[in-house]
Amino acid sequence: MKFADFVCFEAVIPQLKAGDRDGVIAELVVSLDKAGRLGKGDREEIIKAMIKREKEASTGMGKGIAVPHVKHEAVKDVVAAIGQSSAGIDFCALDKQLVYSVILIISPLDNPDKHLQAMENIFKRLQQEKFRKFLRQSQTAEQIESLLREADENPSL
Amino acid sequence: MQAGQNSLEKVICETEVEIKNADGLHMRPAMQFVDVANQFDCDVTVSNNENSVDGKSIMQMSMLAATCGTKLKIKAEGKDAQKAVNALQELVEEKHFDEPTPKV
Repeated sequence: MKFADFVCFEAVIPQLKAGDRDGVIAELVVSLDKAGRLGKGDREEIIKAMIKREKEASTGMGKGIAVPHVKHEAVKDVVAAIGQSSAGIDFCALDKQLVYSVILIISPLDNPDKHLQAMENIFKRLQQEKFRKFLRQSQTAEQIESLLREADENPSL
Repeated sequence: MQAGQNSLEKVICETEVEIKNADGLHMRPAMQFVDVANQFDCDVTVSNNENSVDGKSIMQMSMLAATCGTKLKIKAEGKDAQKAVNALQELVEEKHFDEPTPKV
């Protein structure tokens, strides 16, 4: 699966306003809603479910990355928003470090395989120090979009 | 010299497991796997047809995208390799990560 298949480029926030975990989750879910990707789904309900999931086990995987996610009937396909924070956010990450890049994912209830494929793609890239650095250095939504599209077009990079 | 050679001996254990829970190896099961793997001193490598990854790294395990029905090879190298492989096999195939298996 490619980034362009599930990342909503209209819901990319190069400088997050929120400074805490719950605020960042809300900000990204709202941006997906504004981009029309939640359909009739209730944004508040999705935010709550996502925070609940996060409290069970942090999705702050280390190396400045968090991938909050939830399954919800509002979406028929996997959809993701991306946010960046230059100040860093406390996500209770596994390595106890701050998080600078957040990839928030909403997956449909009945397609676990698609969710896994999106995760596979995300982590293949986030493994790469170069990719993490480029993502963090991106100043605008356009720069993030072109970084992801470039990654899509060059699987070997 | 002889005793020394003995302790240097490298134990390698390998097995194949099948993912049984319906949702596959998503983040929570992957974390369980990594937690169990980290209880042992041996190195743990997990591979599908495409990739071989470090079974003690959550990021790398998430890269496997192992759906329900996927077969993975677990390879452990080190003194406690056999114990590690047994524990991981039990987690994946018997406990299936304490998650439901597909409805038939």
